[in-house]
Amino acid sequence: MSVFVDDDTRVVVQGITGGEGRFHTEQMIEYGTNVVAGAVPGKGGQDVDGVPVYDTVHAAVREEDADASVVFVPPAFAADALFEALDTDLDLVVAITEGIPTQDMARVNKRLSEVDTALIGPNCPGIITPGEAKLGILPGNIFESGDVGLVSRSGTLTYQVVSNLTERGIGQTTAIGIGGDPIIGTSFVDALEAFEADDDTEAVVMCGEIGGEDEEQAARYIAEYMDTPVAGFIAGRTAPPGKRMGHAGAIVSGSGTGTAASKIEALNDAGVPVGDTPNEVADYVEDFL
Amino acid sequence: MRLHEYQAKEVFSEAGIPTPESRLASSVEEVMEAVEAVGFPAAIKAQVHVGGRGKAGGIKIATDEDEAREYAEDILGMDLKGYTVERVLVEAGVDFVNELYVGVTMDRGEGKPVAMVSEQGGVNIEEVAAEEPDAIAREHVDPAFGIHPYQTRKAVYDAGVPAELARDVSSVLSTLYDLWEDSDAADAEINPLMVTDDGEVIAADAVLNIDDDALFRHPDLAEMEEEAAGDDLEAKANEYGFDYVRLSGNVGIIGNGAGLVMTTLDLVDHFGGEPANFLDIGGGAKAERVANALDMVFSDENVDSVVFNIFGGITRGDEVAQGINEALERFDEIPKPVVVRLAGTNAEEGMEILNTDLVQVESTLESAVKRAVQNAEEVSG
Repeated sequence: MSVFVDDDTRVVVQGITGGEGRFHTEQMIEYGTNVVAGAVPGKGGQDVDGVPVYDTVHAAVREEDADASVVFVPPAFAADALFEALDTDLDLVVAITEGIPTQDMARVNKRLSEVDTALIGPNCPGIITPGEAKLGILPGNIFESGDVGLVSRSGTLTYQVVSNLTERGIGQTTAIGIGGDPIIGTSFVDALEAFEADDDTEAVVMCGEIGGEDEEQAARYIAEYMDTPVAGFIAGRTAPPGKRMGHAGAIVSGSGTGTAASKIEALNDAGVPVGDTPNEVADYVEDFL
Repeated sequence: MRLHEYQAKEVFSEAGIPTPESRLASSVEEVMEAVEAVGFPAAIKAQVHVGGRGKAGGIKIATDEDEAREYAEDILGMDLKGYTVERVLVEAGVDFVNELYVGVTMDRGEGKPVAMVSEQGGVNIEEVAAEEPDAIAREHVDPAFGIHPYQTRKAVYDAGVPAELARDVSSVLSTLYDLWEDSDAADAEINPLMVTDDGEVIAADAVLNIDDDALFRHPDLAEMEEEAAGDDLEAKANEYGFDYVRLSGNVGIIGNGAGLVMTTLDLVDHFGGEPANFLDIGGGAKAERVANALDMVFSDENVDSVVFNIFGGITRGDEVAQGINEALERFDEIPKPVVVRLAGTNAEEGMEILNTDLVQVESTLESAVKRAVQNAEEVSG
């Protein structure tokens, strides 16, 4: 079992003919992902690595029965690509694109609230169910199939924590990078809800970072609704207020909200142990299993 | 990107929001000409990107020529929280009976824009926000429609703004929302929106911060960006296109991916060191970019030791190793000890390539950070 994606997921890649789209399509196929179509306006009829390309997402869904998309479209056109994806009946859209204007995402977010499709990202590494499907840019070789669900705002931090788990022989059901932007689709709470409902997920790791209040919301959700044990990590303890630490969303505001301390406290209050190092997080998970 | 007050006021004024008459001045003579044009009392306001300018002495009200000269001499060239004041805005003083607050920003939690009005504007708005959150009326806006007229009225009445001002303040809020949207702003704020004794409203300060990710479609605003007069290293990072934040410690940090770099900083702190910087080389970095990153960190005279932590997804370990070798081979002597940890894509190939005469290699994040902290202690004595 897994959440959101598995080996039945039929993937359309938006922006498949671009440099990144092409490279990662090859990587996804090599990993065993069922990539059934590409969508690029004006490139219909071509193929990439044997994958047929359509001019519209609608055509890709209609002709190839795709049920999820991965978006590699550049930031200036990404919001339009997301609206297009949300206008079909895809179950899931994964937006890898970094640098989408925040006001564009507010409009996408509004549309998202009116449809049944789930969005992961933007500015995220994607989602992987080890051994079954990878939608995004995560390096497949560090993951192993197992019992732990993982949700994170950061890509490379996810890889670090996963390698700490895999090294100890602790595999993963599904790992989700939800992205580092101020406005994202799937939140920590949405991901935790999915893991709680998944019978095979025996423990969950959530990796948060400074900025916003998503981790605090997640803590309230865990305290109230979760039986599955959760271990946490929060990046940015040493971040000074008012400075953006790389991610657009990773900023401690002048008034002191969004600090690592407030997030760690909220998680601890919800019974979630928070590691000082990624290795300590793996210790907690080992204790849970 | 933050606009200066004078730039934001130009934008606000063009959109139809009343602002005081003003002139920009960069010398005492220009200030004297400006006060003659705007009259007394005149506000002389430092144009630097620093919060709390007034409390730090960067804003003074001159009532005659002698005071204007004195304040111009005081403020021009002064150091305001690390920024040198090169220009002041000279502005006609406003005789006010009340100060309001009007602002528009993105509410991250809701994923929606929010328009705000308070009857308690002025320098203490952050305290008001913290202690009396109800004193700020908030109206969430559906970004597909923009702000409805009823919403501007509702915010104004909910904030307790007197009825005789409601129409004017609503109109300011509506204009502010539209310009926030049109300019892809992150924040647009007027604090204070002054109320004069004859019932006029006028924007005595102006804040307009633009979403960096949207600058590509606002070339007119992008042009307003000025060289940051602050930290030279941050300016250099800008040139190289790195996400870089300078801190006060002595352990230089380079990594890929914001979350992992932040984690590396936190671990330096955890193991008893002090981080000198945040430097994210981003995904897919090639050799030249790696060399530029090392150049950045070595340019910081506080740095006594460096840790290079790469977890390759789209970044390849062999490319990074190549860049590290190339960068370090240029030196007769390596300026400061460098610890390298490579993991993920092509990490093994990278480890083999690395010239271990030039760098110390560690296999885990924790051991790399510990060693860099130890190096820093040894170098700094």
